[in-house]
Amino acid sequence: MEKIIANKTIEINEEGYLTDFSQWDKEVGTALAEEKNIEMTDMHWMVIDYLQGKHKNEEALSIRGIKKSGKFNIKEFYKLFPGGPLKISTLIAGIPKPKSCI
Amino acid sequence: MATKVKKMLFILSKATIENVYAAFIMANGARMEGIEAEIFFTFFGLEAIEKKKLEHLKVATVGNPAMHIPTLLGGLPGVEAFATKMMKKEMEKLDMPPIDEFLEILSDSGVSLWACKLAVDMFHLEEKDLIDDLDGILTIGDFYNRADVEGTQLLFI
Repeated sequence: MEKIIANKTIEINEEGYLTDFSQWDKEVGTALAEEKNIEMTDMHWMVIDYLQGKHKNEEALSIRGIKKSGKFNIKEFYKLFPGGPLKISTLIAGIPKPKSCI
Repeated sequence: MATKVKKMLFILSKATIENVYAAFIMANGARMEGIEAEIFFTFFGLEAIEKKKLEHLKVATVGNPAMHIPTLLGGLPGVEAFATKMMKKEMEKLDMPPIDEFLEILSDSGVSLWACKLAVDMFHLEEKDLIDDLDGILTIGDFYNRADVEGTQLLFI
């Protein structure tokens, strides 16, 4: 389905995740974060950048991967994206929701 | 997804790998969905948080029909160790962390980890025998008080 956000039209699935990453930019990310009551900081963008990099390399995302990332730890991750960090951060990053159970 | 479940409380009473992982994965999964989670380790479940034992947990090869081997074979020396090794290998393939790392992940994710006072006394354990990330030792009454929140589910494993 279509959604208009930050003066752009984006394609999303029924859970609100972008289906075409080429439609993503920082304004879209900021607006999606606002809908989740998150104000983006440099630290948030660093995490988003990390997630997008992983997605580009087709590496699966998991909480264990966050621990191993060496860039930020699990505690910070939960603080930055409260209420389900991996599913919220991937939504803001414009990449698919991770399918892993871990 | 809005969920009516606000808090999951797990009671882990066994120390076989399959049961420990069930509790850990569900507790972690709850946090990933924005649900609070706590684990109460009681009876043999305590082994999962005993510094000296947590790395040596085993798969149950006896009395476990899902192993699909005769019970008598399951009791032979080395069978339990072999089955455990195979299972750990499969889990590593799925990027499932070993017990010690998993406990760190749970603690960092905000899962409270509690030891059962009665079981700690019964097995003559002290706080120093248990992992550093432990949040404390509770009576069952203390634990029930922690369940006194709307939308709480208790699960015995």
